[in-house]
Amino acid sequence: MNDNQEIIRVCDLNRHYNGGKIHALDGVSTTINRGEVVVVIGPSGSGKSTFLRSLNMLEYPTSGQIFVNGVDITQKGVNINDHRQKMGMVFQHFNLFPHMTILRNMTIAPMKLLKKTKAEAEAKAMELLSVVGLADRANAYPSQLSGGQKQRIAIVRALCMEPEVMLFDEPTSALDPEMVGEVLDVMKKLANDGMTMIVVTHEMGFAREVGSRVIFMDAGVIVEEGTPAEIFEHPKSERLQSFLAKVL
Amino acid sequence: MAEWFAEFKADFVLNFIDEGRWRWIFQGLGNTLKITFFSLLIGLALGIVVAAVRSTYDKNHEAMAMHKGFGYYAFYVVNKICQLYLTIIRGTPMVVQLLIMYFIIFASSRNESMIATIAFGINSGAYVAEILRGGIMSIDNGQFEAGRSLGFNYIQTMIYIVIPQVFKSVLPTLCNEFIVLLKETSIAGYVGIMDLTKAGDLIRGRTFSAFMPLIAVALIYLIMVVVLTALVGVLERRLRKNER
Repeated sequence: MNDNQEIIRVCDLNRHYNGGKIHALDGVSTTINRGEVVVVIGPSGSGKSTFLRSLNMLEYPTSGQIFVNGVDITQKGVNINDHRQKMGMVFQHFNLFPHMTILRNMTIAPMKLLKKTKAEAEAKAMELLSVVGLADRANAYPSQLSGGQKQRIAIVRALCMEPEVMLFDEPTSALDPEMVGEVLDVMKKLANDGMTMIVVTHEMGFAREVGSRVIFMDAGVIVEEGTPAEIFEHPKSERLQSFLAKVL
Repeated sequence: MAEWFAEFKADFVLNFIDEGRWRWIFQGLGNTLKITFFSLLIGLALGIVVAAVRSTYDKNHEAMAMHKGFGYYAFYVVNKICQLYLTIIRGTPMVVQLLIMYFIIFASSRNESMIATIAFGINSGAYVAEILRGGIMSIDNGQFEAGRSLGFNYIQTMIYIVIPQVFKSVLPTLCNEFIVLLKETSIAGYVGIMDLTKAGDLIRGRTFSAFMPLIAVALIYLIMVVVLTALVGVLERRLRKNER
């Protein structure tokens, strides 16, 4: 593993609530390399979403460091907005902007932040829309779309900023079962194109098939991490074994 | 019937025609509208500032607390001042505020209209601030997070993503606040301003005939409020049409 490949390094990350009574994250450390697809699994309340949201500072760590491209983004004076531009995020509840058309949803950030012209931004957006098969919905409003369509839009909206990393916070948990597949397909395509991805999910099939590494979290701690084969075929810890027994 | 009509006519002439008393009504109406309009502007400006401070503090103090600097403490104090303002204004009657303004704070000035305008503006600002803050806080936090995750800073997120959504949801409530303000200015007579209400009351005092002037005043308020309410209704329907 050479140093150039490292994109995110997390050192002893803690997140405490209620004056230290609840430890959502309890000393999490890991390194994420370029091109990896890291899938974070674990029971609800295990801190996996908090971990993911800390990576772009939507959640404020109590202590610890997060290095992105070598810069500690928890430090004062770091322009977090610049870092967030390079880290796309997809939420469980899509969070599309309801007062804008799909095209506007996708072009507003590149136009305002990357100073792209309207034509450039729209060309890029239309290209991405056709990749996910929604080019005909460019002028629709979010409320006119199904959940699966909304989530695909949310993914390409983030991609419009040409991020280096994509963060997925339970992207299929709010979807009807028949729509999960179409979103996972987009994510698979993205992974195959070499995007660095960190995915919090309950989709064990996706973790096994697409993940290059799986992290199992419980009670704010990384209990076990390894390749999908190691995690799913040969779980070492008892907690992981009992978790897998419940979900598989 | 003819007798009743003659009586009505005599009453009308006594209250509105004699000594040109109708002019008082129009003068009073003018004062009422003037005070309402300018205090509305003050209230809106004040409300926007206070709502911006309060909601920015609510949304960001956790992030700012991470690295406590001078800015954090300054912001903390400003937020506390805004809270105090809201508590005092919303916790005391408007009449009392008006009297305090006139007899204590601006005791040396005798520009009644200006003092009343400031008093009503400061009062209205508190309510406008809470309406706007409620609107901002009612927008799903996911909208903020989505904006921030794309790389927008706080202000950009507010301008491009949150405010347009807030605007739609609070506009009708805001308009209602202005209707309330219009009616509330009827207490301006307490500090010697001849507004619409005072004008009616002055006529009553002169003619010893209460019915005509007071009912006329009531009708004028009613017409203004009904028209404004209808306009708000049209606005509301327009906004809903844009929603999809």
